[in-house]
Amino acid sequence: MKSWANLAIEKALARGATYADVRVMDIRHREVSTKNGQVGRAGEAESLGLGLRVIAQGSWGFASTDRLTREGVEACVAEAVAIAKASALAKRHDVVMAPEQPYVDTWQNPFIKDPFRIPIETQIAVLLAADAEMRKVKGITLAEGSMSFRRIEQLFVSSIGSVIHQVKMQSGAGIVATSFAGEEIQKRSYPNSFGGQHMLRGYELIEELDLVGHAPRIAEECVALHSAAPCPEGKNTIILDSSQLGLQIHESIGHPIELDRVLGMEANFAGMSFLTLEKLNSLRYGSDIVNVVADARLAHGPGLGTFAYDDEGVPAQCTPIISNGLFTGYLTNRETAAAIGQPRSNGTMRTESWNRLPIIRMTNISILPGDRKFEDLIADTDDGIYMETNRSWSIDDRRYHFQFSTEIGWEIKKGKRGRMIKTPSYSGITTEFWNSCDAICSRDYWTLWGTPNCGKGQPMQTMGTGHGAAPARFRNIKVGVASSKS
Amino acid sequence: MSKKTKSRTVRRAPARSRRGGHAIAASHRLGASELRRIAEKIIKFSEADETEVDVTAVTSALTRFANNTIHQNVAEQGLTISVRAVVDGRTARASTNKTDDESLRRVARAALDLARVQPRNPDLLPMLGPQKIQKVSRFVEATAAATPADRARAVARVCQMADKNKQTTAGIFSTGLSEIALANSRGLFEFYEDTRGEFSVTMLEKDSSGWAKATSARVGEIDCDALAQRASEKCASSRSPREVPPGRYTAILEPPAVLDLVGFLFYDFAGTCVADQRSCFTGRMGKKLFGENISIWDDVYHPLQLGPPFDGEGVPRKKVTLVERGVPQNLVYSRATAKKMKAQPTGHGFSLPTEDGEAPFNLVFAGGNSSAEEMIRSTERGLLITRLWYIREVDPYQKVLTGMTRDGTFLVENGRVAGAVRNFRFNQSIIDMLSNVEMLGPAVRASGEESFDMVVPAMKVRDFHFSEVTKF
Repeated sequence: MKSWANLAIEKALARGATYADVRVMDIRHREVSTKNGQVGRAGEAESLGLGLRVIAQGSWGFASTDRLTREGVEACVAEAVAIAKASALAKRHDVVMAPEQPYVDTWQNPFIKDPFRIPIETQIAVLLAADAEMRKVKGITLAEGSMSFRRIEQLFVSSIGSVIHQVKMQSGAGIVATSFAGEEIQKRSYPNSFGGQHMLRGYELIEELDLVGHAPRIAEECVALHSAAPCPEGKNTIILDSSQLGLQIHESIGHPIELDRVLGMEANFAGMSFLTLEKLNSLRYGSDIVNVVADARLAHGPGLGTFAYDDEGVPAQCTPIISNGLFTGYLTNRETAAAIGQPRSNGTMRTESWNRLPIIRMTNISILPGDRKFEDLIADTDDGIYMETNRSWSIDDRRYHFQFSTEIGWEIKKGKRGRMIKTPSYSGITTEFWNSCDAICSRDYWTLWGTPNCGKGQPMQTMGTGHGAAPARFRNIKVGVASSKS
Repeated sequence: MSKKTKSRTVRRAPARSRRGGHAIAASHRLGASELRRIAEKIIKFSEADETEVDVTAVTSALTRFANNTIHQNVAEQGLTISVRAVVDGRTARASTNKTDDESLRRVARAALDLARVQPRNPDLLPMLGPQKIQKVSRFVEATAAATPADRARAVARVCQMADKNKQTTAGIFSTGLSEIALANSRGLFEFYEDTRGEFSVTMLEKDSSGWAKATSARVGEIDCDALAQRASEKCASSRSPREVPPGRYTAILEPPAVLDLVGFLFYDFAGTCVADQRSCFTGRMGKKLFGENISIWDDVYHPLQLGPPFDGEGVPRKKVTLVERGVPQNLVYSRATAKKMKAQPTGHGFSLPTEDGEAPFNLVFAGGNSSAEEMIRSTERGLLITRLWYIREVDPYQKVLTGMTRDGTFLVENGRVAGAVRNFRFNQSIIDMLSNVEMLGPAVRASGEESFDMVVPAMKVRDFHFSEVTKF
């Protein structure tokens, strides 16, 4: 890896680049899935290549190749520099980056069991056992399960002298029960929807999830949803489970704090942000108990946004995003930090693969735990709805107005969990919502969830992000709009 | 569900553009013979009962602009060599992007080793022999020959237009090529290549925005200046948006807005989706579901469509009538799904192994002859919608979708555009929407961000449910 990386840097500088950084990445991926008692996907993939980013004539260029020969790397360098020079044809000013130190380091996330050393037939057997448990429940028309493992080895080398070697091992799994009856399709997922739980861990995560043990419960809940009450319409108190709150954080805090979005760089596709620059350190984002951080450090937990250095060679950091309700921080890179006069990037440049340009991405965007027990939160609620496991999500392109629905909910009446509610939904305006938060559960109920499928950028990049959350309560929230006919 | 793409190895001499500069896409074109050589080598190395090799090469360059300057400018090349092995009624897949002999031997062996430990697959059919494939011609030299300087010059003109109009622009201009070869140990070999150009532009002012986009195999057919002009005019027209109350309105949906909604139907037309009872067509085939004016085909041979004329197993794609005059008539089938559902394969299967079966990726809607002006003139009170955003499914059987309007939302009153309005959230059943279409424009190739490109018309739809309003 190192020889190709060094060659790329050396040749880029020789061709007139004033800055260059290169990522050599070797990615291994295993994916297995089952459906109704049969194996669906079963496969492994590997991909090795190099991506080079340069500044020449004051503008950016990027090119990538998997042809790791001298000729291939030199051609890639020529391409990157030619592209940078073409960029200069529509330049307004030279690229300026916040300063950063060179680092020489190596890092690997800790894990206990290498998932690639676990026989694939063992993994299939777990999924098929969970599948069988779900299909034992009368009314289940579809049982599905999946596991996904990824090992990413990468070497970052830059022209300021950094040489950073990192290895990340990622594991994830989930199961879904679906029931079609009458004119209705109901679904329950465990431990989360849209692929389950994903973390920077080994196969021990899958064992801890106990997919087989949870399969009967979600299957029974799925069938019961057909006869559950519809979501009422109006304003109500809601309590969100930690996985739904994790997605709420992702969409209504994680994306709007991306500084490239704020500065208009994503305006054509992902959109912009309501968090314009004058709001930093002045906007009351949430209530006093809302504290949110962007924390890529391992100390925060083995999330999908955990690393030692970002893909621009900046060390992992913890940035306060919301401090006692006040908006206090953006996600930055070296270029955008300089653009708003900050002395240093807070280290959020990430790339999907060797053939993609690093862009600002969420790391682990987490709400810090409060002090409530979940049982006390329910007991303390006179009239409300408890909502669990995301079913659909949508938010406008400046991240003001959102609508979420969950797979399942329960009425709360006079401090007790009551009848089941099908497809509960809620909607609102981001800052109004976070300012209505009046209780957050404690560390005992806090989970670092992984969102493996966050899309951003052109060409599109898919990235894993982490979101630590505990169940929380919100007052006076609009519910039931998604199923309203009026 | 889509084919995976990664990198490549063997390289030809760099091509030069007639306009000068390095033609990135053209320089990485491998050609059928090179892809065939890789595939045949693997088939030779493989010890499986049957072996299938899918070699996909993609080369793409994308110039991205924002704040009236180029801020990202990238090129990528990728080759994926994907091998499926069959042994004793079991199958599995392994992929690599390394093309040395040892790596090719290793990927063939990995696929076989993975297949050996699978349970037997009762639905597995023998691989196909050679097939007769209808030729399509979608590789355009001029697109492959586009250079970074070509794209930068076009973008520079757009940035100048924005400066002149005191607007801020953002967008992309990309060009590229893809090559796909599918071969197996029973002698099947199929090859497809195409080129693609894409230009998408947003113009922004303090409280307004406008957007336009086009894609084509022929980059010369993409008029960047005209698209930028359209986005600029939309932006200027949508200044000072006022808030109007949510409710049911007549909606005039421009083709990209139609595309992003109806695109959510595509997998419902899969035989597997109906068999799994998660399609909105489950129990509704052959019954009147949409209006008389709705007919839908899957047609990869349509002149405005792109994509290979064969599926993941090499079955030639058929043109399939999915909906005729409002009645869902047919589904698409892979070989295995067709056998289970007592139907004929239509050439829409995914690469195996898969639990998803198949899907139509070349949807074509019947159009009409109403112009946008006629739709507006005939509307007493309604909303004109440029583009939609962040669409998600709320109810899969009633096909209720939620999402937002974006980049040009206008109130229509008494037959004319009465000004810009703040963006809405909608919660709308697509089944109801396609039952309420009052007017259709000509079907055009449309491109949005929520769905793959399709051939769809603009639609005037009554009683479209806009449920809430946002802040801008």
